Amino acid sequence: MATAAVQEREHYLNASYGIKSWLLTKDHKRIGLLYLFTVTLFFFLGGAFATLIRIELISPQGGMVSSETYNKLFTMHGVAMVFFFLIPSIPATLGNFFLPMAIGARDLAFPKINLLSWYLLVVGGLLALFAMLAGGVDTGWTFYTPYSTTYSNSWVIATALGIFIAGFSSILTGLNFIVTVHRMRAPGMTWFRLPLFVWANYATSLIQVLGTPVIAVTIILLFCERVFHIGIFDPALGGDPVLFQHLFWFYSHPAVYIMVLPAMGVISELISTFSRKPVYGYSFVAASSLAIAVLGFLVWGHHLFVSTQSVYAGLVFSFLSYFVAIPSAIKVFNWTATLYKGSISYATPMLYAFGFIGLFTIGGLTGLFVASLGMDVHVTDTYFVIAHFHYIMVGGTIMAYLGGLHYYWPKMTGRMYPEGWAKLSALIIFLGFNLTFFPQFILGYLGMPRRYHVYPAEFQVLHVLSSAGASVLAVGYMMPMIYFIWSLKYGEVASSNPWGATGLEWQTPSPPPVHNFVEMPVVNHEAYDYSTVVEETHVG
Amino acid sequence: MASHGHAETLALREQFDTEAQQKDASTLGMWIFLITEIMFFGGMFLAYTIYRGTYPEVFAVASSSIKIFLGAANTVVLLGSSLTMVLAVRAAQLGQQRAIVIFLILTLLLGGVFLGVKAVEWKEKFDEHHIPGPTFHLEGLPDDQQGHAQLFFSLYFAMTGLHALHMVIGAGILITLIFQARKGKFTPDYMTPVDVAGLYWHFVDVVWIFLFPLLYLIDRHMKQPPL
Repeated sequence: MATAAVQEREHYLNASYGIKSWLLTKDHKRIGLLYLFTVTLFFFLGGAFATLIRIELISPQGGMVSSETYNKLFTMHGVAMVFFFLIPSIPATLGNFFLPMAIGARDLAFPKINLLSWYLLVVGGLLALFAMLAGGVDTGWTFYTPYSTTYSNSWVIATALGIFIAGFSSILTGLNFIVTVHRMRAPGMTWFRLPLFVWANYATSLIQVLGTPVIAVTIILLFCERVFHIGIFDPALGGDPVLFQHLFWFYSHPAVYIMVLPAMGVISELISTFSRKPVYGYSFVAASSLAIAVLGFLVWGHHLFVSTQSVYAGLVFSFLSYFVAIPSAIKVFNWTATLYKGSISYATPMLYAFGFIGLFTIGGLTGLFVASLGMDVHVTDTYFVIAHFHYIMVGGTIMAYLGGLHYYWPKMTGRMYPEGWAKLSALIIFLGFNLTFFPQFILGYLGMPRRYHVYPAEFQVLHVLSSAGASVLAVGYMMPMIYFIWSLKYGEVASSNPWGATGLEWQTPSPPPVHNFVEMPVVNHEAYDYSTVVEETHVG
Repeated sequence: MASHGHAETLALREQFDTEAQQKDASTLGMWIFLITEIMFFGGMFLAYTIYRGTYPEVFAVASSSIKIFLGAANTVVLLGSSLTMVLAVRAAQLGQQRAIVIFLILTLLLGGVFLGVKAVEWKEKFDEHHIPGPTFHLEGLPDDQQGHAQLFFSLYFAMTGLHALHMVIGAGILITLIFQARKGKFTPDYMTPVDVAGLYWHFVDVVWIFLFPLLYLIDRHMKQPPL
């Protein structure tokens, strides 16, 4: 790493050199960087598939690729983005790096298992990548039976096994975080002094350990059904294909909260730091993370409104789905209240935080549309749903992920990113995102179904707008990639606390020493107590 | 090494401050892992529950075709292995080096007996054409219910197979522990690996305690084929 040259002080990046010191590291900070590298590759892979999809959709005739290829493109876009980017993104990179530091620990409870988690993600990812290169998979990322078990002639098994293996990466990361938060907190770091980023990751970990095993066993059953025709999902033998949908969404709905809860944790940190106020209603924001984790397990049936699920079950699932809005709204209102009379500065991470709040609110409110039975029947499998969840996943999670990366970059690398370029890219991403996905709400409401590449000519204008937005978005995503790498060598050297933030991770040098702290911290104040911050700020 | 870190030893890893903290963390880690295992098996138990509820008569006939003697004997064997596992943990707490090794070996042997008996049972199913597939046939059921009976046996093999896989993993853990115990690695101050391996072994045992009645015992009195 380039930072080593200018600083004699020993830290985690220059303590040892060579490929082995990285591939066999047990340091949570280095493992966090390994994850960062890995998920970035999958982000750009998934982005490449999205690019091809958007190019194809510029014309209504669907001339560029065949229908089979189009099926594979949207499937592989979903698989790469959901399982190999969004789910590991914030917890495995920023969480891995900063959760132990934020609670004042030297490392996670199980460093070897942490390294194993990364290898599991890599092996699973390589298997999925092999499937993509060998010919791809065309079932949609949801793998619905009986198409996936009986009819599809694509690489279903290899892809599903890749997801299965990556699932254990997620389980072990969650397990590691839970034990770490329970057993490794510094003296004085009580539960209600934990930064909200830690609370959010803790809640996420609960979902990871409770939900992921269910998708694992579902994939085993899918495997047995496809290879041995055991009948569990086959009506010919008395099985039920819809059982697959229940099992799949029992994990995959909570998985949405695996993706967005850590993002909310990042936003809490950013909002507080850049308005120099404690998060308003700290305990409510903390508890709302747990409430989302619990409620997330009770709403999977809202993905099955138009399946054979009974209408009474649909009523209950619809009713329960509305409840998720309560803790989500608590967060949004409390972040807004935190801003009130705050000393706000508009550094790049804060721009991303503002972007998150606006886009997450739109994504959340349209979630209420699709949670209502009657409305959902109208927009099921249309671009309305696509737009809705991209507002949460891209507008929410990726915004927070980028905000978090900018915020923590000085701590991770010891260098500042170039503020002007960063602000410009945040603006481009925000505009590009809305141009890409807002037209899709309208498209969906007018009846454009998802997963089709031939469409009526009257939808072309909106599709072209969306594709134009996607190219703006792509430019926006390339920029941080370039200036982050640039900053490793040319960025301004970062102080230990460039944002004037609270939190133990900012009380240690940048980059941190191997064991995180020069002196093990003792905590004697609440979270976000700005009277404790020694002034040496760099807020732009 | 940073100034505050203590030298890493076998008994105390560098990320922990005290041995008590390390033991607590390991034990909590294993309990959480076991919770994930419950969710993992849970998917199959759910499928079993749904299809048992949908086709109760066929499942009764199918489950009655399994020989109860071998399953019952295996239950006793597995409970016995849990006893020897507890005794191994106890021996580790007391620092009785020879006894740890002996009880771990006994546990391993009983686990091996269980898997052997299981293999015999599966072989019987194979000979009787009770393996799901094109040649599947269960005597005493009309043709239109053969598929439902096949579902029962699919679940039987999936659930006992997954359980057996966990036994094999457990056997691997036991073998590792036996080698470590022979070198005298475990002392009353440091016996966490034996302790958490015990938790895992008992969990696998408990899964069987649920599988045995569900697959072998329920509705055995309903011998009459449905109309």
